[in-house]
Amino acid sequence: MSAPAELEIAPTIGAPVARKEDKKLLQGQAQWVDNMEHPGMVFLGVVRSPYAHARIKNVNVDPALAHAGVVAAWSGADIADEWHASLPCAWIPTEDTNAPEHKPIAVDKARYVGDAVAVIAATSRGTAEDAVELVEVDYEELPCVVDAVAALSEDAPLVHDEFGTNRCYTWTLEAGEVDRLFAEAAVTVKERYRQNRLIPNAIEPRAVFVIPVPANGEFTLWSTTQVPHIARVTLSGVTGVPETKLRVIAPDVGGGFGSKLNVYAEEALALAIARRLGRAVKWTETRSEGYVSTIHGRDQIQEIELAATAEGKITAVRTRLTVGMGAYLQLVTPGIPLLGAWLYGGCYDVAGYSFECTGVFTNTVPTDAYRGAGRPEATYAIERAVDALAREIGKDPVEVRRLNFIREFPAPIASGLTIDSGDYDASLDLALEKVGYDDLRGEQRSRRAAGDSKRLGIGLSTYVEMCGLAPSAILGAIRYSAGGWEAATIRCLPAGTAQVLSGATPHGQGHETAWSQIVADRLGYEFDEVEVLHGDTAVIPLGMDTYGSRSLAVGGVALYHAADRIIEKARKIAAHILEVDETAVDYSRGVFHGPGASVTLKEVAFAAWTAHNLPEGLEPGLEATFVYDPPNFSWPSGAHVAIVEIDTETGAVELLRYIAVDDVGTVINPTIVEGQIHGGIAQGVAQALYEDAIYDDDGNLLTSNMLTYLVPSATEFPRWELYRTETPSPTNPLGVKGVGETGAIAAPAAVMNAVVDALSDDGITEITMPATPERIWRALEEVRP
Amino acid sequence: MRSVSFTVNGVAHELELEPRELLVYVLRERLGLTGTVVGCDTSSCGACTVLLDGESVKACTILGVQADGAAITTIEGLAENGSLHPLQELFHEHHALQCGYCTSGMVLAAVSLLAENPSPTSDEIRHALEGNICRCTGYQNIVDAIEAAAR
Repeated sequence: MSAPAELEIAPTIGAPVARKEDKKLLQGQAQWVDNMEHPGMVFLGVVRSPYAHARIKNVNVDPALAHAGVVAAWSGADIADEWHASLPCAWIPTEDTNAPEHKPIAVDKARYVGDAVAVIAATSRGTAEDAVELVEVDYEELPCVVDAVAALSEDAPLVHDEFGTNRCYTWTLEAGEVDRLFAEAAVTVKERYRQNRLIPNAIEPRAVFVIPVPANGEFTLWSTTQVPHIARVTLSGVTGVPETKLRVIAPDVGGGFGSKLNVYAEEALALAIARRLGRAVKWTETRSEGYVSTIHGRDQIQEIELAATAEGKITAVRTRLTVGMGAYLQLVTPGIPLLGAWLYGGCYDVAGYSFECTGVFTNTVPTDAYRGAGRPEATYAIERAVDALAREIGKDPVEVRRLNFIREFPAPIASGLTIDSGDYDASLDLALEKVGYDDLRGEQRSRRAAGDSKRLGIGLSTYVEMCGLAPSAILGAIRYSAGGWEAATIRCLPAGTAQVLSGATPHGQGHETAWSQIVADRLGYEFDEVEVLHGDTAVIPLGMDTYGSRSLAVGGVALYHAADRIIEKARKIAAHILEVDETAVDYSRGVFHGPGASVTLKEVAFAAWTAHNLPEGLEPGLEATFVYDPPNFSWPSGAHVAIVEIDTETGAVELLRYIAVDDVGTVINPTIVEGQIHGGIAQGVAQALYEDAIYDDDGNLLTSNMLTYLVPSATEFPRWELYRTETPSPTNPLGVKGVGETGAIAAPAAVMNAVVDALSDDGITEITMPATPERIWRALEEVRP
Repeated sequence: MRSVSFTVNGVAHELELEPRELLVYVLRERLGLTGTVVGCDTSSCGACTVLLDGESVKACTILGVQADGAAITTIEGLAENGSLHPLQELFHEHHALQCGYCTSGMVLAAVSLLAENPSPTSDEIRHALEGNICRCTGYQNIVDAIEAAAR
């Protein structure tokens, strides 16, 4: 027993602590999956279809088998008996959704360029690559369709014959008297936008590595995955390896952005082949291979209509989406556009709401989650449409936004959910002040008056999004087949350190740092005394992993509550040590204070471990787990402003400035939060200006590698100007909301509103993303006198 | 097979290499220096950047046999006597990395830049990094870290 007044530990929640993850990453000591080796290991090479749609008439692997160093080679038919189920799709949105069988290797038909048709196991990476070239596949090429709208036409080739249609599903959400509100509207606008198909480009390519213990039927599988826990249960289903015999580890993972929120053919293949051969198996994609085998994002055609009064008060929103699923349903493919289904009213008070989404099969790589997943699309549509409304009625877009903002919270919205908190005026006002809005409008006018060939464009995006996925009951109601909870465990070890088991699995976000801050702050440990473990199903039994800006808003809150449980138990022991009643013990930051004496939580942890003298009936040890199921989503919001300059002679767009004001609730680590916003904005700007996965009519991906698909470098971006407002979420005790996707959600609309703003005096009201110089130049050519 | 000798982080190596082996795989798979990583197959991303006789090169773009006689520095060789290189420290301080996969290449590209131009402007830094892709950070903190090193 000691008698310290307070531990001298500064509060760490809210502090810009430098990350504990960095040291090994900066010294080349990260554990990437591709680093792994094991005696006798084989490398896989995957033979992929060069046709978008073809019948597989024959696969001859003999020439590959004859190649020195090739251990085995199989066609899809040869290995078909390994599969106990299709690759998983966890979200079948309607009862009548057409969900095709999806084997890890195609057997009868290839349905997109990149579809796996055979697999090689060889003793070296190079040999596997060589042998892939030797497999002879006899294809009968079939007609294909790559465009989602075209795929719905009567005479379109069918991606899956058995459905008699390329329609995967249609999902609707209706609220309020939408038809009446449109009929009575003084003003309506109708817009059509294209959400360009994007390639996520996590900078670490996908890889999987499996070590089997054949005698026990046990497997350890390392994967570049965001979702080791989901991978374990689903890969068990695909291969029949019992969950108890499968350990999945996500070691250091080099970015994900949704592309690693999936369970892929190659993971199932590596597991099945390790079982067949009884040898360790490794597969690593090349980047170009990844472009035709790792999921893509977006690919939507959006039609949005607004009904409004003559002053610009929006009364109803009607949205129709046509979304390319690609050839198969990956883990969340059909659900991605539905993650935006509630958000097409944006941060505006809207009475009538109508949403309809049709998912469509095409002969392309499946789409799935890419940063923002449904919410960038929704934000884009409503924010562009509000600007269109402002143009229609001749008002400033700022004025129309202010007229429509939701101002009372919690705010039930027409689409049926409730926004937790926000102050949309505060974010917009701050953004306008920081950007110097009135001066910029003045400069814009004077440039136009002077006939300047370089137009100035100012674009707003006042967004709200829903993240912190997700209340399990809501997920169940919308037919998602898993829960949305997250788990955290805190172990107070005997010698004065604490171990955290996090069910959320990082891949660059900095969980180890943020989790350490929360535990240090609540339990009085030094930051470096907290160790955070994650990403290993054998070490962390409970987890729902990382996606949808959920880690802090769900997993961090679980950690907060686990700390409560630690304090609750430790208080009993402290009272026992201090020989007072529990009610006479006050706790603050790692110290239990009784009348005249104190004991630290670390001392209590030691006492709990020795268990020499515990209160009667209390279990030894100081450890607690909390599984948190959020009662609501969390709702970050903000105001972003993009300033662009367009050279009307060349069509080139320069992003001059980008101002972001974000309200992500309480901030645990402002440095990490800024980093997340920087990266999100960069990806959002890239969607607006640079990136586009383009298929030709024969289903060839023309942007098939990093030379032809423009992933922006440092020269493409300005300095990001970041500011924050803060309305803590009342839903959780930390007040946090989530920040992983805000930038990617807000930015495309801000940039494209700026592009159109720059050109609207020329009579141009729409440029398709990405706004390339060619597109802008052609649009200008059409309107030039 | 061809006999090749070079030094990596000051250590001499004599290897028998297949002519087609890329330097990056020689480093990773023969020498176990997995701090140098592969991010693409088109020499676009720069994740595999190393220093060859002090100048940054993409290790996926040259063959192991081409490095014969060279002095190579990888990320593992940058810290000296147990202390991080100033750029490693500044990347940490400025939160210039998130997932860390591009970081080895970024740091070595920055070392090479500062050797050529000890006080680059932020524009010069951005142009010098054109061959190194980062998907996480939006580049700003990387530029800031390098600018801080230049001061």
